[in-house]
Amino acid sequence: MLRHPTRRTFVKGFAAGSALAGLGLWRLPAFAAPAVFSNELSGQHFELFIGQTPVNITGRSRTALTINNSLPGPTLRWRQGDTVTLRVRNRLGEPTSLHWHGIILPANMDGVPGLSFAGIEPGGEYLYRFTLEQSGTYWYHSHSGLQEQAGVYGAIVIEPKVPEPHRYQRDYVLLLSDWSDQAPGELMATLKKQSDAFNYHKRTVGDFIDDVASNGWQQTVTERKAWAAMRMSPTDLADISAATYTYLLNGQPPDGNFTCLFEPGDTVRLRLINGSAMSYFDFRIPGLKLTVIAADGQPVQPVEVDELRIAVAETYDVLVRVGDLPAYTLYAQSMDRSGYARGTLARRNGLSAEVPEPDPRPILSMADMGHGAMADMGAMDHSQMAGMDHSMMAGMQQHPASESGNPLVDMQTMSPKPNLADPGIGLRNNGRRVLTYADLKSTFADPDGREPSREIELHLTGHMERFAWSFNGIKFSDAEPLRLTYGERLRITLVNDTMMAHPIHLHGLWSDLEDEHGRFQVRKHTLDIPPGSRRSYRVSADALGRWAYHCHLLYHMEMGMFREVRVDE
Amino acid sequence: MNEPILRPLLGGFALLALLASEEARAEAMDHAAMGHGAMNHQGMPAQNMNHQGMNHGMMPQTPRTPLRPITDADRQAAFPPLPGHQVHDRQSNWAVIVEQLEYQNFDSSSALNWNANAWIGGDIDRLWLRTEGEREQGVTHKAELQALWGHAISPWWELVGGLRQDFKPASGQTWAAFGIQGTPLYGLELEATLYAGERQQTALRLESSYAILLSNRWILEPSLEANFYGRNDATRDQGSGLADSEIGLRLRYEITRGFAPYLGISFNRAYGNNAEQIRDEHGDIGQTRLVAGVRLRF
Repeated sequence: MLRHPTRRTFVKGFAAGSALAGLGLWRLPAFAAPAVFSNELSGQHFELFIGQTPVNITGRSRTALTINNSLPGPTLRWRQGDTVTLRVRNRLGEPTSLHWHGIILPANMDGVPGLSFAGIEPGGEYLYRFTLEQSGTYWYHSHSGLQEQAGVYGAIVIEPKVPEPHRYQRDYVLLLSDWSDQAPGELMATLKKQSDAFNYHKRTVGDFIDDVASNGWQQTVTERKAWAAMRMSPTDLADISAATYTYLLNGQPPDGNFTCLFEPGDTVRLRLINGSAMSYFDFRIPGLKLTVIAADGQPVQPVEVDELRIAVAETYDVLVRVGDLPAYTLYAQSMDRSGYARGTLARRNGLSAEVPEPDPRPILSMADMGHGAMADMGAMDHSQMAGMDHSMMAGMQQHPASESGNPLVDMQTMSPKPNLADPGIGLRNNGRRVLTYADLKSTFADPDGREPSREIELHLTGHMERFAWSFNGIKFSDAEPLRLTYGERLRITLVNDTMMAHPIHLHGLWSDLEDEHGRFQVRKHTLDIPPGSRRSYRVSADALGRWAYHCHLLYHMEMGMFREVRVDE
Repeated sequence: MNEPILRPLLGGFALLALLASEEARAEAMDHAAMGHGAMNHQGMPAQNMNHQGMNHGMMPQTPRTPLRPITDADRQAAFPPLPGHQVHDRQSNWAVIVEQLEYQNFDSSSALNWNANAWIGGDIDRLWLRTEGEREQGVTHKAELQALWGHAISPWWELVGGLRQDFKPASGQTWAAFGIQGTPLYGLELEATLYAGERQQTALRLESSYAILLSNRWILEPSLEANFYGRNDATRDQGSGLADSEIGLRLRYEITRGFAPYLGISFNRAYGNNAEQIRDEHGDIGQTRLVAGVRLRF
């Protein structure tokens, strides 16, 4: 693969070129100037191929898996109401697939091998064809094995039939992702051998001394004992960190300085997409406000913030009115603060602005895991808790029987809450206005309108140290599908029984997030469920078929935090 | 020996999953029936219907966005004949951890010492291999290999059972092994294994270690190994009761997670009958050893 240095150079710098752009017709969106993320395809028919491409992201030559030889793949620009066809050819030596994340379509077009179709064999092809009911910002990626981590992802922009009530002069896709020079299979094997292998920020003896100095001996020892008894580290915010990852913005590492241009006075639309395998990002542009106008492609009532957390697989559209400076930094620090993706919003190429240091590294507390007022109980043996009579303890979370005595459930939350107005760990009281789920209010009423006629409660479960992940303590391979009846409206409540945040994605059907009072709040395709939280959403089973339902942290999904949702007549 | 534990466990899971799905199906059917009821709604006296607390005041009974009628083409598109999706949650994994591979220097001599563990298997059941031994002046005088089936019984504890083969001392010895291993506290590892060997010998070994993070790469690890025996066997340095212990303190630097050179000290001591036997042979019953080695993880 290393015989083509010119191609390698090409891929590293492809964002500045446009050699692959434009198979198909180019249409200008109603109010927008052309998007400058140059590797863009538009029209109604698309020819895509998945293959291997030499890349050099960190200074070392590696082989990425790519769509049309680019990392990320080309941005697909569609138009609401169009019927698009995509011929996807496989030039890999293994089966592949493409899944159109968040797009409502027939089950056999959804791109999950074994559920929607048989996958695309080496040398084979598949013709996707579906009609676009929706508009907004989405993305697409491989749903085969670990290919997504190796580079098989790209952005989707669907222009609305009816123009949106927003005026902007520039329109850019900002696709965040995580790249490792190590093969994805090696990362997975490492996590199984030593789940904390990538955490170089655990608490040390020095931290203990500092804590004793500031909090006193007794409080420090009590807190350390609680964590020791849980057999967990409060520094576990990400399973994989910048110890191996380089965080990318539109395929560019931080020093690649991906640049979006503006003219003074412009309003710029940024389409943020988190196409990472494992990394949450906190995004901001120091010196500028972000007006959030859409979440997961769906319009929301505009809300002005300084910063937003984007969970894996989520998308946010923001409007930014640029100021008088020549350049602003597009800054996306990873949730564990081990690194960042970065680019520049600039008047011309070559400019840059100050790049902030990552914020102080947060430490999880017992309260973060829903052990709130009962922090002292953190030290209790949770496996014994499961056997207790919970009805005696008002307000405590019940747990499914399959979690009791389950060696692969290392923790259960005690009093989880929706926490919709919580900016999340590491973002509280940071002096910036941070977007929360409570800020996301749909511009449209609940499109279904019925009360859910039944409720399914599922718990997100796992074992950090064995790196095993599941729903209700049951891994995908051991679980029966969740069965829905065509036409029914149900409520799904997710309870996080782990110490990690999980972005949960339901294919084929919308996830309508409810507020604390059970009312429709916003329509999403991926819901972040932080530790210590219990969040509910409504689902209308309006699409027949077998749908994937999973945590979008790639290695959690692969370890079993996955269910088939089957909608039958 | 894990079969009897495993089978009811797996059976239990299967049953639970089945029950859950049955329940879900039954419930789904209930509601489907209710949906039909709602269609003939107008003509019916409301009090005859079981509404289960549904709010009829405001809430529509049919979705605002009408459902599409299903065609045969839809059915075909929705359920192509497929085997189901595959993830890696049943994949076998493995790890090799060479805790100690070291040169030991002490008063009278020097030695090469090793202690390593490996496992292969799933999340609940794993095959464990353990080996430890010592070579002194070119002669291996302690060497053993254990092959144990491990079965997780709780998030932090695993039962192990299998065989231990000693190659040295003397002509070797074969044991049946049964024990428990786990993590009583974060960073603390514990193994307690009972052995029943040839010539009615029995033994108990306790091993423990704790990782103290001076930094995220400098790690100080105190460790303890203690061996107890049921009866005296002078040819194998086995005296009844507590026979010997090794208390170690090793400071390693993790260049990578898999490669960490270390320096340390090990206090080796014999006790009771074993100490008397060694004394009779004019051996040392207590030794302080300086050690230098490398910890490996593959």
